[in-house]
Amino acid sequence: MNPELRALYQEMILDHGRRPRHFGVPEHYTHKMEAFNPLCGDRLTLYATLEDGNVKAVQFEGQGCAISMASASMMCEEVEGKACADARTLYEHFQQLVTGQRGAEDIGRLEILAGVRHFPSRVKCATLAWHSLDHMLRGDSTPVSTE
Amino acid sequence: MTAHQPVFDVEALRRQFPILHQEVHGRPLIYLDNAATTQKPQAVIDAIDRYYAHDNANVHRGVHSLSERATAAMEQARESVRSFLNAGEVAEVIFTRGTTEAINLVAHGFAREVLRPGDEVLITALEHHANIVPWQQACAASGATLKVADIDDNGEVVLADFEAKLSERTRIAAFAHVSNALGTINPIEKMIALARAAGAAVLIDGAQAVAHTPVDVQALDCDFYALSGHKLYGPTGIGVLYGRHEWLERLPVYQTGGDMIREVSFDKSVFAPLPHKFEAGTPHIAGVIGLGAAIEWLRGVDWPALIAHEDRLLARATERAAGLPGMTIVGRAQRKAGVLSFMLDGVHPHDIGTFLDFEGIAIRAGHHCAMPVMTRFNVPATARASFAAYNTLAEVDRLFEALDSVRRTFA
Ligand SMILES: Cc1ncc(COP(=O)(O)O)c(C=O)c1O
Repeated sequence: MNPELRALYQEMILDHGRRPRHFGVPEHYTHKMEAFNPLCGDRLTLYATLEDGNVKAVQFEGQGCAISMASASMMCEEVEGKACADARTLYEHFQQLVTGQRGAEDIGRLEILAGVRHFPSRVKCATLAWHSLDHMLRGDSTPVSTE
Repeated sequence: MTAHQPVFDVEALRRQFPILHQEVHGRPLIYLDNAATTQKPQAVIDAIDRYYAHDNANVHRGVHSLSERATAAMEQARESVRSFLNAGEVAEVIFTRGTTEAINLVAHGFAREVLRPGDEVLITALEHHANIVPWQQACAASGATLKVADIDDNGEVVLADFEAKLSERTRIAAFAHVSNALGTINPIEKMIALARAAGAAVLIDGAQAVAHTPVDVQALDCDFYALSGHKLYGPTGIGVLYGRHEWLERLPVYQTGGDMIREVSFDKSVFAPLPHKFEAGTPHIAGVIGLGAAIEWLRGVDWPALIAHEDRLLARATERAAGLPGMTIVGRAQRKAGVLSFMLDGVHPHDIGTFLDFEGIAIRAGHHCAMPVMTRFNVPATARASFAAYNTLAEVDRLFEALDSVRRTFA
């Protein structure tokens, strides 16, 4: 397989895409945010419990390509338990990572998603869940649309 | 002349398309996104080049030689279109930016001149957004109601439902000749007859049809036929609205300004006769000339052989799809042209698209500007391979080899 393509579809990404973690609608949550990418029809809903300035729990539900599902899955793993302020910083770093404005420092295993920077048409797939998180943390209640 | 032999020299045809001879990600390009836009033969590229290099001038207004040449070239292209569609007169050939603008022109005219509260417009469930949204707007502006004829699980219009949804209030029935999302060739002869029997006007969205099947608007007896040059081996930004003379006389002007007037004072303006009444402003002259060249080029192609060739491509693809585990074809109409829309179990269409790109294969993934079709089939999107005259059976086989490796990677 071509190396760029292999970097995009690493085994860990394929695995998260096939079996997303933190998937499903939780019984309790304090925040809910819908996101839609009209270009490809990807849809997801993010559910979180935000308490005392912390992301206490976070889950998502939806359907989309391997990149968007894996990115949502890994994002939930990364931000659960973090302070809201730190989650926002991570959002900014991730955004810069996938648009090629920043290296992979301080980003942990999210680094494996850096490959999308070579696929401009796929950046929105990787950032859909992150935009929902950002809206949620900023208290913006409008649904996310990538258009 | 000897008896007709449906042999199709695809290699000779391919040599006329310079863009096909390149590599993408180190693989020979296999272009299977023809429903989005077709590639252009050298004849079209040369015609546009020649126009800009030798004849460029504004049309219908200069007394100098260049302007006369440009005007003559443009009007010659109009005659090519007339003859291609077998329209009765050149005045019935209106140049637009494409199918979208052609449909908007008619929908706008109907909203202003024809539709009244309680009237109805009938479309079908397989339309492209370009044949949905303008009618929604026309209905909203006029108080008319939009009706939608169902399609079945194969992606065919349910004729009984189409007939049932026609009424004495139906002012126009607007439907695709060929569906871009499913490939369905609609039985438009029957649909036109039903609509006319109900007293409705008929608009055909021919965007996906004209490159695959000959069209005779007089034999069809439709009132409007819309097409886009870029899906017909011609340039982008140019299209055609064929309109029956009486209808074009009756419909109000669309855009106004220069070129579409006969006389202007501050009290009133007198509009130009057809076709100029609907062509405000400096037209896309190079586009018109390129479209004319595309049509002349197509005239030189053996159509029965071309149709047989494209049928073979689709038949081979359909047959190979049946042999690929996890593959489902979306749209299984009896009569199809050019399009194989599909899903692959466990792989999102966008991932298929990105993966195939690295094999040099260009397909489309998404909703194909037909969201209601996606909803009808309960899929967020499909992958779509769409064929043109220059595709080969070997390319179809390469597509399926690549799909098999996609399937194995994501399994
Ligand atoms: C069936 C159909 N109708 C209308 C259109 C719109 O054509 P254009 O974008 O060239 O105006 C398309 C193009 O995608 C189409 O496939």
